[in-house]
Amino acid sequence: MSTALTPYLEMSQAIAEAGGEAFRKCYQCGTCTGTCPWSPVTEFSIRKLIRLSQFGYDGIEDLMWGCTTCKFCVDRCPRGVEIIDLVKSIRNMYAGGGLLPTSLRSFVGSLASRGNPWSGDVEKRNDWGKGKYPLFAEGMDYLYWTCCTVCYDPRNVLVAKASAEILNRSGLSWGLPGTDAQCCGESVKKVGDFDLFERIKGNNLGLFKAGGARKILTISPHCLATFKQEYGGDAEVVHFSELLDDLIRSGKIQPKKDRGGLKVTYHDPCYLGRHSGIYDAPRDILKALPGVELVEMDRIREQSMCCGGGGGGLWMERAKGERLSDLRVEEALATGATVLATSCPYCIAMLEDSVRTLNADDRIQVKDLTELVYESLEG
Amino acid sequence: MSRIGVFVCHCGLNIAKTVRVSELAEFAGTLPDVVVAADYKFMCSTPGQELIQNDIKKYNLDRVIVAACSPLMHEKTFRKVIANAGLNQYLLSIVNVREQDAWVTDSEDEATAKAKALINGAVYRARLLQPLTARFIDVNSDVMVVGGGITGIQAALELAETGKKVYLVERNSTIGGHMAQFDKTFPTLDCSACILTPKMDAVLQNPRIELMTYCEVEEVKGFVGNFDVKIRQKARYVDHSKCNACLACTEKCPGRGTSEWDEGLVKRKAIYIPFPQAVPQKPVIDRNACTYFKKGKCRLCEKACGQSAIAFDQEDTFREIKVGAVIVATGYDLMDTKPLVQYGYGKYPGVYHALEIERLFNSAGPTGGKVVMRDGREPQSIAILHCIGSRDKNHCEYCSRVCCMYSLKFAHLLKEKTHGDVYQLYIDMRAPGKGYEEFYNRLVEEDVKFIRGKAARVTDKTDNPDFAGKLVVEVDDTLTGRFATIPVDMVVLSPAMKPRTDAKEMARLFNLSTDKYGFFMEKHPKLAPLSTMTEGVFIAGACQGPKDIPDSVAQGTGAAAEALTIVVKDRLELEAATAIVNPASCCGCQSCVRVCPYGAPVFNREKNVSEINEALCKGCGLCAASCPASAIFTRHFTNDQVMAEMEGLMEF
Repeated sequence: MSTALTPYLEMSQAIAEAGGEAFRKCYQCGTCTGTCPWSPVTEFSIRKLIRLSQFGYDGIEDLMWGCTTCKFCVDRCPRGVEIIDLVKSIRNMYAGGGLLPTSLRSFVGSLASRGNPWSGDVEKRNDWGKGKYPLFAEGMDYLYWTCCTVCYDPRNVLVAKASAEILNRSGLSWGLPGTDAQCCGESVKKVGDFDLFERIKGNNLGLFKAGGARKILTISPHCLATFKQEYGGDAEVVHFSELLDDLIRSGKIQPKKDRGGLKVTYHDPCYLGRHSGIYDAPRDILKALPGVELVEMDRIREQSMCCGGGGGGLWMERAKGERLSDLRVEEALATGATVLATSCPYCIAMLEDSVRTLNADDRIQVKDLTELVYESLEG
Repeated sequence: MSRIGVFVCHCGLNIAKTVRVSELAEFAGTLPDVVVAADYKFMCSTPGQELIQNDIKKYNLDRVIVAACSPLMHEKTFRKVIANAGLNQYLLSIVNVREQDAWVTDSEDEATAKAKALINGAVYRARLLQPLTARFIDVNSDVMVVGGGITGIQAALELAETGKKVYLVERNSTIGGHMAQFDKTFPTLDCSACILTPKMDAVLQNPRIELMTYCEVEEVKGFVGNFDVKIRQKARYVDHSKCNACLACTEKCPGRGTSEWDEGLVKRKAIYIPFPQAVPQKPVIDRNACTYFKKGKCRLCEKACGQSAIAFDQEDTFREIKVGAVIVATGYDLMDTKPLVQYGYGKYPGVYHALEIERLFNSAGPTGGKVVMRDGREPQSIAILHCIGSRDKNHCEYCSRVCCMYSLKFAHLLKEKTHGDVYQLYIDMRAPGKGYEEFYNRLVEEDVKFIRGKAARVTDKTDNPDFAGKLVVEVDDTLTGRFATIPVDMVVLSPAMKPRTDAKEMARLFNLSTDKYGFFMEKHPKLAPLSTMTEGVFIAGACQGPKDIPDSVAQGTGAAAEALTIVVKDRLELEAATAIVNPASCCGCQSCVRVCPYGAPVFNREKNVSEINEALCKGCGLCAASCPASAIFTRHFTNDQVMAEMEGLMEF
């Protein structure tokens, strides 16, 4: 059998039509792969995926699930290739043909049947709050959109609680969505199931409208970016870190407890940083906490390292030595910080996992910004 | 009764692909007063021109309509054609059926119908066309060259050689430009100073060149043949008419400024000449670095000067210079690479940009031509990073054209001077000039390591103990498809060439247009690459776009020839289609003064009416259209003529 590659231009055309036409601009300089967080640890090559797509060559299916959609390559690409759009459309093409990897099937299946990726019972969505927090009603300041992950993932439930307690002390009126809320759909769009995404989006937009929500507060940057960039509703969408920064500045909440020289480093989530451009608010919050010292890692802000959880990565297994979150935790440890702060439920889950598998629990703790702020409030 | 000829051009297939040209000619033949109509493949070619001239004689035509490309392209050509056949050149009407018709639709029917309407309108107008007589103005025979880099030097020398007086205006205290910073030039590895400094000296010695260093253009008035340029002579604080260039002052000076010439790698004195071969050899004082200007005392230079040439009270002075033509050769700036944080310029001392490296190679540079780094070490391994900011939509989308070649030159010189390992990280090697590919081949044989991939990051953080103390360049080696980390001592960035930061200001002064990047726009990319939309102002060298030395020199020579075509004449023919004010109707509102892009209308305060300076008027008609009193009419586009054309158009 010939080992020669043959162009399969119909495939290339189909990928273009599914939204990946930007691959035509690529001149194969390799900036994307040189920038990609995977490159030092795996042989995944986003440049090669683009090259294969340009000709519809065999081998696309071997590379298509690697990308975490961290957007570092897109920001650096000298040709303006929308690489994430290409990845989405390739996955859409192949996933439509039944090529979804086993590890992703349960998460997509759960989303389809229950509206959340964690196989959580629909009616238990708000159980984490034990009925302590109000449901959203028209006229309230904020609809606090709790990500599925903070509702169902035991580690992230702590984030949900801390954030809700902060809101209760802020003097704002706010409420949670009902149990008919569904996942924002960000991950399912990135793994290529566009139809399911549209269904979920329709459901959630309907909830926003029916509830009369004017301002939506998100704890997950994935919800933030999706609502802002994909939903197109008329409600204002803000991330918890932006609101928190405002609340501290205006004195509506006053973190006064002295943490006694707690060294904290901050990991920029891709969807809060590169996807949404929010870099300063989280740092300003940390700097406002008494007795907290912010120490930075080498790769921060626009150059932040990905945790590996985006683009469906949260549900995929990776061999030891190929986990971005492991590298990130090591980078955090090297700063001498005892707290690795971040502001994304996916990052929390990934980093927490790495801290455990690296046996670093006694040296560093992973915390959401809301948890740190809550701990700094007196009483 | 007029006798009109209509000539339809196919322009190869440019027009004929969309407009049914023979149908158009047939149609034109049926119009009243049209006595002949024909179509031909290239009406602007010799057979096409002869066709028109023969028909003028054969049918005794008194009006000619050419349906072809934009009048900007060939109106002058066809005016000459009919003039040579004995008709007044203004009895011509051009119908643009290319840019405004064939090129804006794919539909043959639409294009042909529009062409018919346009021709019908032109026939209506042609009947009313009047013969006009051109007028002449005297031409100042001097030329100004702005910018004293290699391009400006070349232009000035060539012009002076023809016997013309040249003013060479340079903002720095010496001429020479970027080329004076280089040690060697590609691909021949000529010593840059050996080929440049004799030319600099030739400028100084040439009695027909008035060298105006430390000067800037302040204001430009006038028009082709008669420009009036106001020049600011910046205060040097040294009276150059007294200075004998002994430079005793620079030895005594305790002040320290940053050497622009050495790209900030070292300090220089506050009273200084930029480099030993500077032209002129006379110093200036950098106010910001001078102890006397900062603290009110010192004046050591004054004591050292035997000529009493130090003049702390000197101020900027101004001078008006009249010239017939201007050549703008203001060069380029190197892109600032600090914002590209991934490459670590300004963060890691081992990262250099291209002009810094040029200075390290130069025997008159800060290290006397030795390649030693900021920490004093000689690098044993060097990575040269191509396309930093060039070919990049986030920065400069264009290719800077010279970087591949000078990067090869760097590789050669680095090998020669350090015997270190040299890596080239490139996207595409571009070596299209004479002897360039051969130079590339030579460097391949010199064992330079070529890596096809754009560098993604430079870092000093590494887990690999072998890389300790090194800078690590991360890159996708696209030919192996593997991610590579390359440990080196020194990184050289080859950044984009950009327009001067004040190019917009220069463009405003000379009424030049700029392209989307800010480079000056030529009148036509192929046929008028040195001309601009402002008649009498020419551009040359890297101010028009990235260029290497051979191309810049060629353009300098070319611009000299272009300028000469104007100043060689005693008198210049002016466009006769100009506006004219009827003073009896003018209400003095000055609308015309405000709308004119050429500054042609001038308000006469004594008579309380506007008047048109015909030398400046281009006949665009803006003033006439905006005049509320209908006091202005434009010759060749009178109200009657325009209304008639509209009527003809409206019939379709």
